[in-house]
Amino acid sequence: MPEAAFAPWGRRLCEVVDSRPSGGYRIFSLLDPEGPEPLPGQFYMLATERGWEGNGGRPFLPRAFSVAEADPAAGGIRLDFLIEGIGPGTERLCALDVGERVWVNGPLGNSFSPPAELAPGAAGAILVGGGIGIAPLALLRRRFAAGNVPTRVLLGFRDAAHSGGLDDLFRCCEVGLASDDGHLGQRGYVTDLLAAMLAGDDAGSAAVYACGPPPMLDAVALLCADRAVACELALESPMACGFGACFGCAVPKPGGGYLRLCVDGPVLRGDAVVHGG
Amino acid sequence: MRWSTVVEFCGIELANPVINASGTFDAIAARRVYGDALLEEFPFSAFVSKTITLEPRAGNPPQRIWETPAGMINSIGLPNKGLEGFVAEDLPQLAALPVPLIVSAMATGREEFGRMVAALAEREEVAAIELNVSCPNVHSGLIVGEQPTETVALLRALRPLTEKPLIVKLTPNVADPASIAVAAEEGGADAVSLINTLKASAIDPATGEPGIGVGQGGLSGPAVRPIAVAQVRAVAAAVEVPIVGMGGVCSGADAAEMLAAGATLAAVGTESFRDPRAGIRIAAELSERFSQASQAQPRL
Repeated sequence: MPEAAFAPWGRRLCEVVDSRPSGGYRIFSLLDPEGPEPLPGQFYMLATERGWEGNGGRPFLPRAFSVAEADPAAGGIRLDFLIEGIGPGTERLCALDVGERVWVNGPLGNSFSPPAELAPGAAGAILVGGGIGIAPLALLRRRFAAGNVPTRVLLGFRDAAHSGGLDDLFRCCEVGLASDDGHLGQRGYVTDLLAAMLAGDDAGSAAVYACGPPPMLDAVALLCADRAVACELALESPMACGFGACFGCAVPKPGGGYLRLCVDGPVLRGDAVVHGG
Repeated sequence: MRWSTVVEFCGIELANPVINASGTFDAIAARRVYGDALLEEFPFSAFVSKTITLEPRAGNPPQRIWETPAGMINSIGLPNKGLEGFVAEDLPQLAALPVPLIVSAMATGREEFGRMVAALAEREEVAAIELNVSCPNVHSGLIVGEQPTETVALLRALRPLTEKPLIVKLTPNVADPASIAVAAEEGGADAVSLINTLKASAIDPATGEPGIGVGQGGLSGPAVRPIAVAQVRAVAAAVEVPIVGMGGVCSGADAAEMLAAGATLAAVGTESFRDPRAGIRIAAELSERFSQASQAQPRL
């Protein structure tokens, strides 16, 4: 992957060009006239132009979202975001209509590395996503496909009602599926699928890329450590600014001290994260 | 004719009256994110560093921030590289900024504070020093900035160590901030800045526990602005030294309110999290207001 380009200095207004339901979540698309094109794993700080601070003074801070798709389009780059309405900020973003505008700051943070950079022998990729965390893996899968990196995808969901993005973001590719209730794919966790895959003979030739809830990421990192497979994790944290100013997104480092997830991440190597905390 | 926004502060000429609040903008990190465009359009007329301490600090465990109505609570815990690390690694980068540098420093006693001020006094990159006195004195156990006697004693100890302007950052968590400002002035402070954040907590409805990991933190954002304006007015009535007014400044109108309350400079804090270029926008809005006011009432 190329080095991340500088983000345009400051936030800008981008128009909503699409908003649609997706498996219980929502996907909305912004047209970013300035760019640059984001790398997989990078994120944006988003706040609606109108109706932010609308309800009792909240939402107040912008919200961080990984970009799920990015395509050059007429007039700029089309950015897709996968959103689950779980609080005042995400609910406001879910209610966006086409034609409304959103304050956008980014692309921010670092991106996933190619397999060969993670481990000398690694040629292929295993993508492991859970719930809303599948978003950055969608863009990663497309970039790997474009770069002819052999890629296998494993996704896990609570149930069909919480499988947003699955059909929209992962169509035209084969996906190993797991869900808590067994209605989507195998009953169980996506990490069960990963364990089975890593037990195969070719595990050493792949690197693992994961994004999802913290217990899933812990399990992925442990499985990979057991099999000596390199992995990168895209983490999440509360974040006020996204560009290193607020020091709010502290993530403990294994040797003590903290990283700022916004500028040191959001993608970290599995061994750069304290697990089970 | 464009109205000049140049302002003099403690003998330092600033292009406009809008600076940043300490700990709310990391110019080094921002340059990594935005590149040299940050320097070409730097958002403040002076840059105030994040508070440094004598020894390095890791900061507080997560969760460090919590959104509140029209504001946020933070408990970051002053992570920093320590004086030595700051001087070796950060100072050269901050010296490359196109504006004067104000270094914020905190210590747990007069002796330790003295070592920091003496070290900063030797650096020509440093235009002024802001003293973060919202910390306990290890000897008395009292929060320096909450006690007039502690404040005046600290300033008397530090004043002889440097000719650089000393700015005392006042805490709002006292019954009478003006009495602390008077003590700072009496001890030889060149300016005061206020307000620091207000003690605050919030309970996470999902857990029934405080949303901030260490239980409480400091409230900032527009929610605190009326308190800040009241305290700036009270301090302005009590001291002669210039005031840096801050607390929820989000617009030129808010900055104008701080200046009308008696501040010489307005500082932007939390708003930069939402809008990284907030300082540029606020200075432009303020200039527009000055220019309209000057046309309405031409000065002789």
